[in-house]
Amino acid sequence: MAVDTAPAVTTPAPSRQTSKPTPRWRGREALTAWLFILPSLIGFLIFTAGPVVAAGVISLLNWNLFSAPTWAGLHNFARLGPDPTFWSALGNTAYFTLVSVPLTIIVSLALALLLNQGVRRVAVFRSLLLLPYATITVAVAFVWIWLYIPHDGLVNAVLGWFGISGPAWLISDNWAMPALILMSVWKSFGFGMVVFLAGLQAIPQQLYEAGRVDGTSPWNSFRHITLPMLSPALFFVIVTSMIGSFQVFDQALIMTNGGPGTRTTTLVMYIYRTGFENYDQGYAAAQSLVLFAFIVVITAGQFLFQRRLVHYDN
Amino acid sequence: MTTEAMPLASNKALQRKLVVFACFLVTALTLIPVVMMILVAFQSDAESMAAKPSFWPSSWHPENLTRAFELVPLGKYLLNTIYFAAGTTILETVTAALAAYAFARLQFPGRTWLFGIYLATLMIPSQVTLIPQFVLVAKLHGIDTWPGMILPHAFTAIGVFLLRQFFLGIPRDYEEAARLDGANRWQAFVRVIVPLAVPAIATLAVFKFIGQWNNLLWPLVISNSDATRTASVGLQVFQDTNGTQWNLLLMAATVTTIPLIVLFFLTQRWFVRGITMSGLGGR
Repeated sequence: MAVDTAPAVTTPAPSRQTSKPTPRWRGREALTAWLFILPSLIGFLIFTAGPVVAAGVISLLNWNLFSAPTWAGLHNFARLGPDPTFWSALGNTAYFTLVSVPLTIIVSLALALLLNQGVRRVAVFRSLLLLPYATITVAVAFVWIWLYIPHDGLVNAVLGWFGISGPAWLISDNWAMPALILMSVWKSFGFGMVVFLAGLQAIPQQLYEAGRVDGTSPWNSFRHITLPMLSPALFFVIVTSMIGSFQVFDQALIMTNGGPGTRTTTLVMYIYRTGFENYDQGYAAAQSLVLFAFIVVITAGQFLFQRRLVHYDN
Repeated sequence: MTTEAMPLASNKALQRKLVVFACFLVTALTLIPVVMMILVAFQSDAESMAAKPSFWPSSWHPENLTRAFELVPLGKYLLNTIYFAAGTTILETVTAALAAYAFARLQFPGRTWLFGIYLATLMIPSQVTLIPQFVLVAKLHGIDTWPGMILPHAFTAIGVFLLRQFFLGIPRDYEEAARLDGANRWQAFVRVIVPLAVPAIATLAVFKFIGQWNNLLWPLVISNSDATRTASVGLQVFQDTNGTQWNLLLMAATVTTIPLIVLFFLTQRWFVRGITMSGLGGR
C-alpha cells in the first residue's frame, strides 16, 4: 500500500537526535510513549485499521447482514464486469471528475489572481467567496434544486434574458450531470482559491520586478514566474479535488437521487444502494475496494507526473 | 476575469476600478444561492409553490420559522449535530495530540512501523471502512446510539499525522529547558508543547467539526430515529415527507446552515490557516 503518498505532505521537518539516553532511561521512555499512544491506538485499531482489513474479508463473502455469510471468493469482483449500473456509475463519476476538477481549478485560480491585485479589504472578499465551502451540502443542494426549476426557475429566467431557452436541468438526461457539476464547482472553489491566494502572496516580488526590467509581458511572467512558483499548491489542489470528486455523493443523492435513470448515479451512491438498500454487503465492499483502487491509481499517476512539472524550491 | 486581473491596462486608475468592480460582481454572483435560500424561506405558501417561482417575497412570513420547527424537530436535530460534531472533534483532537507527541518526540521500539500503519490508512476513502464499521456497530448494538455514531469517526490518522508534523517543527530546546527544571514528559507536553501547538490543534478541531457537521453518509446509515438524527439527515427526511413545500424546506435549510456560517465567521482565522497550512504543508 502506498505509504508515503499522503497528499498534504511534502517534506517533514528533520527530527534531530541530539541526546543519547541510557538504556534504562530508554525503557522508561518507551513505557511513557505507549501511555501517550494507547488512547489513540486502541480506537484507531478497532475503528479505522480493523475495518480496512475487514473490508477485504467482507468483499470475499456473500452476506446480507441477517443470515450467516458464505464464502464467495472473487465472485463479487467478477460480478462487476457484467453489471451495467456499475459501469454507468463509474462513467458518471469519471465524467463528474474530469469536468468539475479543471473547472474548479480555473475558477479558483482566476479568483485568487483577481484578489491578489492589491484590492483593499481582500480578507472580506475572501471570506464571502469562501462561504459556499462552509455551508451544509444538503441544505444548499435544496436551493440549487430551486434554482434549476425548469421553465421559470432563476437559472432559466436569467438564460431567458439572453434569448436562451434553458433545459429542464435536473430531470434532463443530458443536463442533469452538468447541473450537478456547476453546483459542485460553486460549493468547492473557495478551498482552492484560499490555497492559491496564499501561494501567490508567498511569491517574492523581486521575481516580477526582474521580469519587468527585462520587458517580460504579463502573460509570460504568469507562465514563467507565477505558474512554476504556484505549482506545488496547484498540484495539491488537483490531487485533493480529484480524490474528493471521486467520492461525490451528497448533492447527487439530494438533487437527482441518481437519475434520470442512472445518469447521475455515482460510485459512492451505488455502494450505498448496494450495501444499505439491497443489503448486499459483500458486493458493496468489493465496489468500495474498486473505488479505492481508482483513487490510488489516480494519485500515483499524479505523483509520477509531479516529478516533471512541480517546482519545489528547497 | 484573468485577463482583466493582469496588469495590462496602461491607465492604472481605470484598471483598479475594474478590479474592484470584478470583485463585487463575482462575490454577488457567489452569494446568490445563499441569499435566495433566505428570501424564499420567508415567502407565503402560495408564492413559494407557484408554477412561476418568485424571487423577492411579495409579503414576508416570519411564522414560517415556527412552522418549520413544528413539522420536524429541527432544534433536536441541531443539538444532535452539535453532539456528533463536538464528540468526534474532542475525542480525535485529544487522542491525536497525545499520540502525535509520542511519535514526534519519544523513542520506542516499533515507532516507525506503527506510524507507517497510521500513514497507510490516510489515503483510504471513508467508503471503504463504511461497511465494516456499520457491521461492527450493528454487532455491538450501537445503531442509533451516540457511541455508535461518534466512535467510528473519532480515530482517523489525519489528526495524528498533522499534529506530529507540527510538533516536529517545535525546537526541542524549549522542552529540554522545562525537563532540566524537573518536568516529566507529561508536564512538558501539557506546559510547553500544547500551548505552542494551539494554532495547529485549533485548526484541526475546526476542520473536523465543520467536516462532521456536513457528514451525511454515516449518520444516514447509523441513525434511524430523532434520538440521533443530525441536521443533514433531518433535512433529507424533511424533503422526503414534505416534498417541495419550498418556503418551509428552505427555512429548514436556512436554520441548519446559519449556525455553521456563524461558526465559520468566528473561526475563519483557523479555517483559512488550516487550508493554507495543508496546501503548502511542510514548506
